Amino acid sequence: MFADILITGLVNGSTYALLAVGFSLIFGVARIVNIAHTAFYMVASYCIYTATYKFGLHPVVGMLIGVVVVTVFGVVTYRIFIAPVREHEAVVLIATIALAMALQEGMLLMFTGDYLSVPHLIPGFTILLGVKVFYQHVLTFAAVVVILGGLHVFLSHTRLGLAIRATAQDREVANLMGMNEGRIATITVGLSLALAAFTGAVIAPLSIVEPFMWLHPLIMMMAAVVLGGLGSMKGSFYAAYILGFAEAIIVFTVPMGAFLKGSVALSVMILVLLVRPEGLFGIAFEEER
Amino acid sequence: MVRYWLRKLLVIFQKEILVLPSRMAVLVFFLLLLGLPLVSDDPYLLRILILTSIFAIFAASWDLLSGFTGQVNFGHALFFGVGAYASAILHKSAHLPPGASIPIGAIAAVLAGLIIGIPCLRLKGTYLALTTLAFPIILMGVVFAFPSITGGELGISGLQRLARSNQANYYIHVIAMLVLCTSMWKITDSKMGIIFHAIREDELAVKAAGINTTRYKLTAFCLSGLFAGIAGGLYAHYMRIAGPSCLEVGLSFQVVIWCIFGGVVTIWGPVGAVFFLFPLLELFRFWPEYRMLMFALVILIFLLYMPEGIFPWIRDKLENDCPRCKVRNHAARKTCRVCAAPMH
Repeated sequence: MFADILITGLVNGSTYALLAVGFSLIFGVARIVNIAHTAFYMVASYCIYTATYKFGLHPVVGMLIGVVVVTVFGVVTYRIFIAPVREHEAVVLIATIALAMALQEGMLLMFTGDYLSVPHLIPGFTILLGVKVFYQHVLTFAAVVVILGGLHVFLSHTRLGLAIRATAQDREVANLMGMNEGRIATITVGLSLALAAFTGAVIAPLSIVEPFMWLHPLIMMMAAVVLGGLGSMKGSFYAAYILGFAEAIIVFTVPMGAFLKGSVALSVMILVLLVRPEGLFGIAFEEER
Repeated sequence: MVRYWLRKLLVIFQKEILVLPSRMAVLVFFLLLLGLPLVSDDPYLLRILILTSIFAIFAASWDLLSGFTGQVNFGHALFFGVGAYASAILHKSAHLPPGASIPIGAIAAVLAGLIIGIPCLRLKGTYLALTTLAFPIILMGVVFAFPSITGGELGISGLQRLARSNQANYYIHVIAMLVLCTSMWKITDSKMGIIFHAIREDELAVKAAGINTTRYKLTAFCLSGLFAGIAGGLYAHYMRIAGPSCLEVGLSFQVVIWCIFGGVVTIWGPVGAVFFLFPLLELFRFWPEYRMLMFALVILIFLLYMPEGIFPWIRDKLENDCPRCKVRNHAARKTCRVCAAPMH
């Protein structure tokens, strides 16, 4: 039981962490609440399915294709539908909702609602503490560490990373300092969608691929972002694991736990927010004017 | 006496309604809705309009809370679901008639508004939006975990309708919609509505003016819960089932789409949007596979050109504000109808 909880919690937490960091990034820099974030994750899963089953490519190649296709597609849709209305916050919100619906319906049309599965990148498993651990689980966890570490280095040690952080802090001043704010926003959107696509790629073999697979991760991702503090990537990371473990503990210890897992994890989030309204690692803003 | 009132009514009609295209549109809308069953009693058409009316109440209640007070609620389906489930449970186990169970269900939704309103008072903006998203999902988990009370995945079915005949049902729902939406509009037009609107614009300034914003925000949560709860109860009794679909994330998103598409902070915008989008979605049933895709694309494309919402956009084309006294005039007038100042 303990090992079960550990493995499930780590894998769920890693998924939510990758998604939440991408979501935080796009929110911090472009101020877009991107509801379609996990829809892109779903599209990436379908890309891998197509590449491996329809064209018979190696899963790793399929994964790369998925990431590239989703990033390009995402940036194009951003330029067409979101960028022109960016000043209108409410409109951006429902534009992303509509986009997510459109993607879901598109996938439903192309692949029907059937449950599909994707082959593991590395087949096989090992027995650890009496629990079957697929190498895919290990890979997921390793991928999260590598990607998030890489992202951290990128943001803190490169000029582009500096520009992204500066834009997140103050858009207007960053613009005055000669950073092309629109272009940085586009790059960030691309980066964040690449993260979403990558998450889809590593998690697809462990879950079922279907057009509605984006809803549950969407909710948990948003919960993680709020719990960790909006715009704080460190916060999103820790909060994602807290929620992942909360879910895993409920599923394995409480009867009817599978129904209650979302409820309990979200209640944890609300309880924390009651004590710290700005999230675990958020900065308490002075009354904003 | 009667002649005096008739004459007064005529004057109001001529001087206040006839002069503005938007007011004429509202009048025509009322008359069309009320007169429709005289022309056609197609059950399908009536059914669509009944559902449209129910969702119009629901959408307007979102606007009352999130549009006016600026407390963006991503989990508005909670109120709808609480209203639906509470009235269904009361109807089935306490054997209350629909006329009693719907108002009591709505009161349950008011309590839900209080329960989520109190923790949410400390949150702002995006935090609030993303947190409220959690509440219907929490309740949905509870619904699934106690199937003996809530019917689990199947919901509570076999409820009684408000009336037997189609026409009677139609009139009950449409008149309820017209009355409730008009009263919501009146609320937003009152002193309380102005304070709601001020909280949206600048909460700190409202506080500085000595107004207890906490109380007003809670009032907004409760009022919105009341109207959404009524909509939920009506829906459960009309569809004769209260199921988990009343709590879905999709429904919460749908109401946000309706409101922003129709133009927030208006009440009439969301109502109009529901009357436009809901039948449109039914029309798309001719191409069932492409239905939701077309719906999503319609919304994306409209918003690219009308980011303020479709109805405020149309109204701005038809009417102008007088530069001196701020009274609205139709666009063709050269001088203001009240103060005779030149327009433009």
